[in-house]
Amino acid sequence: MHGGAALVADRRPTVVVSGVASDSHTWNLVFLQLLIEELGYQVVNLGPTVPDELLVEECQELAPALIVLSSVNGHGFQDGLRVAGKLRDCQELAATPLVIGGKLGIGGEQNERQIGELLAAGFDAVFQDGATGLADFQRFINTAAGANRLAGSPGVPA
Amino acid sequence: MTLVRPADGELAAFAPVDFGAFVRERGAHAPVMQPRMGMSDPAAMRAGLAATKRAAASTVGTITLDSYTRVGDLGAVTEALRQGIALNGYPIVSYPERQTAEVLAGLRGRDFPVQVRHGSPVPQAIFAALIRLRLNATEGGPVSYCLPYGRTPLADSVRNWEESVRRYAALREQGVEPHLETFGGCMLGQMCPPSELVAISVLEALFFHHHGVRSLSLSYAQQTNHEQDVEAVWALRRLAGELLPTENWHVVVYAYMGVYPSTPGGCYRVLGLAAELAARTGSERVIVKTVAESVRIPTVEENVAALEYAAEAADLGRTGTPRMPAGESQTYLEARALVEAVLELDPDPGRALVQAFRRGLLDIPYCLHPDNRGRASSYLDEAGRLCWADLGALPLRHLVRPAGARQVSSSGLLADLSYVRRKFDEECAVLPGGRGLPPEQQRRAIVSSR
Ligand code: B12
Repeated sequence: MHGGAALVADRRPTVVVSGVASDSHTWNLVFLQLLIEELGYQVVNLGPTVPDELLVEECQELAPALIVLSSVNGHGFQDGLRVAGKLRDCQELAATPLVIGGKLGIGGEQNERQIGELLAAGFDAVFQDGATGLADFQRFINTAAGANRLAGSPGVPA
Repeated sequence: MTLVRPADGELAAFAPVDFGAFVRERGAHAPVMQPRMGMSDPAAMRAGLAATKRAAASTVGTITLDSYTRVGDLGAVTEALRQGIALNGYPIVSYPERQTAEVLAGLRGRDFPVQVRHGSPVPQAIFAALIRLRLNATEGGPVSYCLPYGRTPLADSVRNWEESVRRYAALREQGVEPHLETFGGCMLGQMCPPSELVAISVLEALFFHHHGVRSLSLSYAQQTNHEQDVEAVWALRRLAGELLPTENWHVVVYAYMGVYPSTPGGCYRVLGLAAELAARTGSERVIVKTVAESVRIPTVEENVAALEYAAEAADLGRTGTPRMPAGESQTYLEARALVEAVLELDPDPGRALVQAFRRGLLDIPYCLHPDNRGRASSYLDEAGRLCWADLGALPLRHLVRPAGARQVSSSGLLADLSYVRRKFDEECAVLPGGRGLPPEQQRRAIVSSR
C-alpha cells in the first residue's frame, strides 16, 4: 500500500488497483498488480478496505489511465455501486476508464440486473467471476487504457 | 419458525458452558466439528445453527459476522438490510439484542456452545455485543485480525484488542468463562511457512492469557503438504504445552484456507485430510470447508454435509492414540526461535508484537499491510512443502538456508496459490467412482476408496 508521490520518473501510464471499502482480501490485488504491470503499466496498489474518500483522493491526485476495483467478499455490488457515484462526481474522474471485477455477490452466479446497475452507476466494464475471464480483461486493457497510453495523456477518456 | 422469547433478565442470568472445557471433553477421542456459517437473515441463521446441532457429528455452532460489521460500517449494514441485499455474515452489532437472543434461544446450551467468528482489528463494539448476549466464545487476535484484514495500524489493533480482551475476561467475575481462539495459525490463508503460523498462534494465546482469558484454543490452518502440517501441529502442541500457563487449551485445525478445489471430490479430499490431520495429532476441533468454497457462501445443507463427512474422515484417519513424536522438529525449532525472539523484546506481549513487526522479526510473505516489513518470502518445493525463499530479518539464519528471493510473475503466483486446487481436483478425477456422482454418494465413494 503506497501513495502516489514517488512515481515521477516512470513514464509508463499509471493504473490504480484497489479493494473496496469492506473487502479485506489482498491476493486478488497482488495478482492484478502483477498482471497489469506485465501488460506495460505502472500500478499503484491502494490495498484492501479502502474507504471511498481515500480512493477518490488518490485517484484525483494520480490521474490514472485506468481504475481497477476488485472485490471477492460478496459485498462488491453494494460497495462498488456506492463508490462509482463518488468517483464519477469528481470532474477530473468523470471519464477515467473504471472497471470492477471478482466475486461481486454472495450467490456465486452472475446477476444481470446488478451488472446493469453497476454499468449505469459509471463502470465501463464489470468482470464478474464465472461470466467473464481474465482474457476479456486483458482485451479491455489493451483497448481502453491502451488508447490513452498511445495518446500519452493519462486520464483522458479512451 | 417458532421463536422462544427470552424473558427480560434471562440473558443476564444465562450461564453458558465453557467452550474450551466442552471441546476438550468432547474432542478427547475424536475432533469436534464446526462450520463457517453466517447469514444476515435471523431466521436463516437460526436454521443454520439448528441444522449444525442436529448434524450426525459431534458439533459446536458458529455465527460468522459480515464484512461491514468487521470494518465498523454499520451504515452499510442498515442500507443493505433496507434494500434486502444479503450480507456475507450475521450483523450482530446492528440487530437488537433480543433478535439475537431469539436466534439462539433453545439451541445453545450445555450440549451446544456457539462461537462468534469475525475478523476485526477494531472489535470493541463486537465484544460489547457478545458480553451482553453472554456469547462467551470467539476468536481473533491483535495480529491475525489486523494484518490480513485491512489497514488499521498494528499498534492500534493491539490497543483495541487489549481493551476488548480485558472486558471479555471480566465475564469471569460473573461466573461466565470466556473463551478465545487465536486466528494466528491462518495468516493470509496461504503461502506463510508453518513455523511462523505456529509462532503467531502461540504468541496470540500468550497475549490473551496476559489479559486475563483462561480458556484458550490455538489454530493451525492446513497448508500444502500433509506431512509438513502434521509436524506443524505437533510443534504447536509442544510449544503451547511449554509456554501457556494454563491447562485449559486445545488445538483447532482449519481445513485449507487458500484457493480451494472446484470439484466436489477435490473439496472433500482436502477436507478429509484436514480431519485426518486433526485425528493424527490429537487435535480437538476442526473447522470445515464446503464444496461451495471456491465460488460462494455455502448453503446450510452443504455445511452439514461437510461436518458429517469430516467426522467420518477423522474416524477413519485415527490410528491408535496420537503420540507426540520424539525430538525437536525443524518446524518446532523455527517456531520456538521466532517466539523467543519476540518475547525477549518486551515483557508485555502486545508491545513485543508491535516491535517484532517493526524490526522484521515477524514478517508475513505477500502481506500488503504497511506495518509488515515485506522482506520475507516463500515458495512451494516440488513436494508442495512451504519453504522460505528469503528470510528478511527473521531470526532464523542459524536454522534455515533460504533458497533465495525470486521474481514472481502473475501466472507463477497463481500457480502457487492454485497448487492445492490443482492437486486435489486432479487426484479426485481419477478416484474410482468419485466423479459425476451426487455429493452424498460421491462422499461415500471417496471415504471408501481411502
Ligand atoms: C484466502 C481467503 C481469505 C483470507 C484472505 C487473506 C487476504 N488478506 O487476502 C482470509 C482468511 C483472511 C479471508 C477472509 C474472509 N473471506 Co475469504 N477467501 C479466501 C479464499 C479461500 C481464497 C481467495 C484467494 O486468495 N484467491 C486467489 C486470488 C488470486 O484470486 P481471487 O481472489 O479468487 O480473484 C480471482 C478472480 O475473482 C478474479 N478477480 C478478482 N478481482 C478481479 C477484478 C477484475 C477487474 C478482474 C478482471 C478479475 C478479478 O481474478 C482472480 C484470479 O482469477 C476464497 C475462496 C476461494 N477462492 O477458494 C475465500 C472467499 C473469497 N472469502 C469469502 C469471505 C466471505 C470472507 C470473509 C467475509 C469471511 C467469511 N464470512 O467467510 C472474510 C473477509 C472479511 C472482509 N472484511 O472482507 C468468500 C466470498 C463469498 C462470496 N463472494 O460469495 C469466499 C469465496 C469463501 C466462501 N466460499 O465463503 N478469506
